[in-house]
Amino acid sequence: MKKNTAFILIVLFALVVVMIAPFAGLTKIPLSVLKSTTGDTTEARIFYSLRLPRVFTAFLAGAALACCGVALQGMFRNPMAEPFTLGICGGAAFGAAIYVMFAASLSIYCGEIVFSLAGALAAIFLVYGLTKIKKGFSVGTMLLAGIAVNFFFSSLILLLQYVSDFTQSFMIIRWLMGSISVTGYSVPIWMLIFTSAGVIIISSQSFKLNLMSISDEIAIARGVNVKGTRKIIFLATSIMVAAVVAFCGPIGFVGLMAPHICRLLVGPDHKILTPASILFGGAFLTLCDTVARTLIAPAEIPVGVITALLGGPFFIWLLLKDTDSKSSL
Amino acid sequence: MREKIIEIENLDFAIRAKQILEQISFSVSGGRRLFIVGPNGAGKTTLLRCISRIITDYRGSIKIKGVNLKTYTQKRLAKILTYLPQGLPGDIPFTAHQFVLMARYPHLSPFSVVSPEDENIATQAMEMTQTACFSERVLSTLSGGERQQVSIAAAVAQQAEIFLLDEPATYLDYKHQRDIHSLLAKINKTNDTTIVCVTHDLNSAVLNADTIIALKEGKIVFEGMPEEIMKEDILEKIYSKKFNFAQHPVTGQKIIVPDIIE
Repeated sequence: MKKNTAFILIVLFALVVVMIAPFAGLTKIPLSVLKSTTGDTTEARIFYSLRLPRVFTAFLAGAALACCGVALQGMFRNPMAEPFTLGICGGAAFGAAIYVMFAASLSIYCGEIVFSLAGALAAIFLVYGLTKIKKGFSVGTMLLAGIAVNFFFSSLILLLQYVSDFTQSFMIIRWLMGSISVTGYSVPIWMLIFTSAGVIIISSQSFKLNLMSISDEIAIARGVNVKGTRKIIFLATSIMVAAVVAFCGPIGFVGLMAPHICRLLVGPDHKILTPASILFGGAFLTLCDTVARTLIAPAEIPVGVITALLGGPFFIWLLLKDTDSKSSL
Repeated sequence: MREKIIEIENLDFAIRAKQILEQISFSVSGGRRLFIVGPNGAGKTTLLRCISRIITDYRGSIKIKGVNLKTYTQKRLAKILTYLPQGLPGDIPFTAHQFVLMARYPHLSPFSVVSPEDENIATQAMEMTQTACFSERVLSTLSGGERQQVSIAAAVAQQAEIFLLDEPATYLDYKHQRDIHSLLAKINKTNDTTIVCVTHDLNSAVLNADTIIALKEGKIVFEGMPEEIMKEDILEKIYSKKFNFAQHPVTGQKIIVPDIIE
């Protein structure tokens, strides 16, 4: 398949998913709601203040996670790199849990995001710091450090749950599973701000990411400030992960899968791979969320459960595929 | 004598307690070909990695065109010098053409837009290095020798004045070894590129270099003209073994021949 054709197909896939998703659900939405924006019928109210914001949020969250994945995988030349394996999600989740437990009563403006951003940055400093102690930077060490940091933060969250009361504990558990239940447009707007900031930063690094995906030595020889670029990408990914974790919980595997599938479809050039992954990741999470809220409607499955159910086997397939051929990236 | 393009003074580099480079001082004039030889683990690659700023925590001074290496931005430095690692990674998913075009990075505007002129320069570099024939092939499908040629094509497209090469011809067959060295000679002559080349192959160093430096255990143990290194006592000091010599039938240059193992 030609790479451009593949890209067009991804765009079409994203468009179709986003157009159909708001109509799926227990309440049948007639097409006529599109004509009246006033929201005077029950269907219109469901469509405009529940379904659409939810689809937008899911799409933006998926896009953000995929964008993080594509940048981290390119930068570290490792197919396993993503916000989860590098501990960024764990840190952000811990930050947000702290907020839910202790600071929610203070009602700080955008408190969840501030706390989860702080958590994400702390995780990065920890992971990066752990690799700095040993001279010579190795991606293997980095991923191991990331996994260690993730465990560390998971344990801290468990500790928080243990000392908290029943309602708070339930809130944290439910939120840790990942769920996109939003009403109104304040969440999608915040997601839009954070996601577009991150996406713009990462898209501007495409040329450098291409060089860094070959090797750090080659990137340096060609004039890329590798250390500086790493910092920029870490910052952009923490902004996006913080927003996703704060509003939707730590949703796994989208950041891992979307870049991989897109790399197979459109090739390794980040100028086309990044937008393709963003669209694919957005559409994929929207699809998962639609399944999550319709499968056992009126009840809901946490979306994180759906992505993990799909992601687990995918991860194993990736491991098996890698032992066959060394063309992982 | 041309101006000095690389000046190194009292360069020291250590990993933990292990001294890798010790009191290295030498300089290279523009347009010259310097070959660095020495036994395994002598610090040859580390030296190149210091000059190309992959290693930054060295002590001592490295000046490029009279300016301290540490004051350059990476992009400005890449317009002056480039580093060719010992073989490109085997799993590069880009085509040869994409890879060569990427070498235009230091010349691009902040928005990294490739201009038709960049395309032209990349195409010319591929023609000069005879890599145009596999420009649309993915690098991971090329042989080691072909990849090395593409690596040099990219360095040409980068328009760097100094090439720092780490074992460019090691592990290649005789034809590709010859091709690589004649390519480097051609680039040196037509573009006036300064060549700094690390090699294990004493004969190719002697036949291709203007100056030779020998490293042993992180120290410079020889610096001089090619004909000066081909002496029994000097080589024995560097490599801790005796050598057999012969004369090159065309140039009369003294060269070494393999040992007879009994």
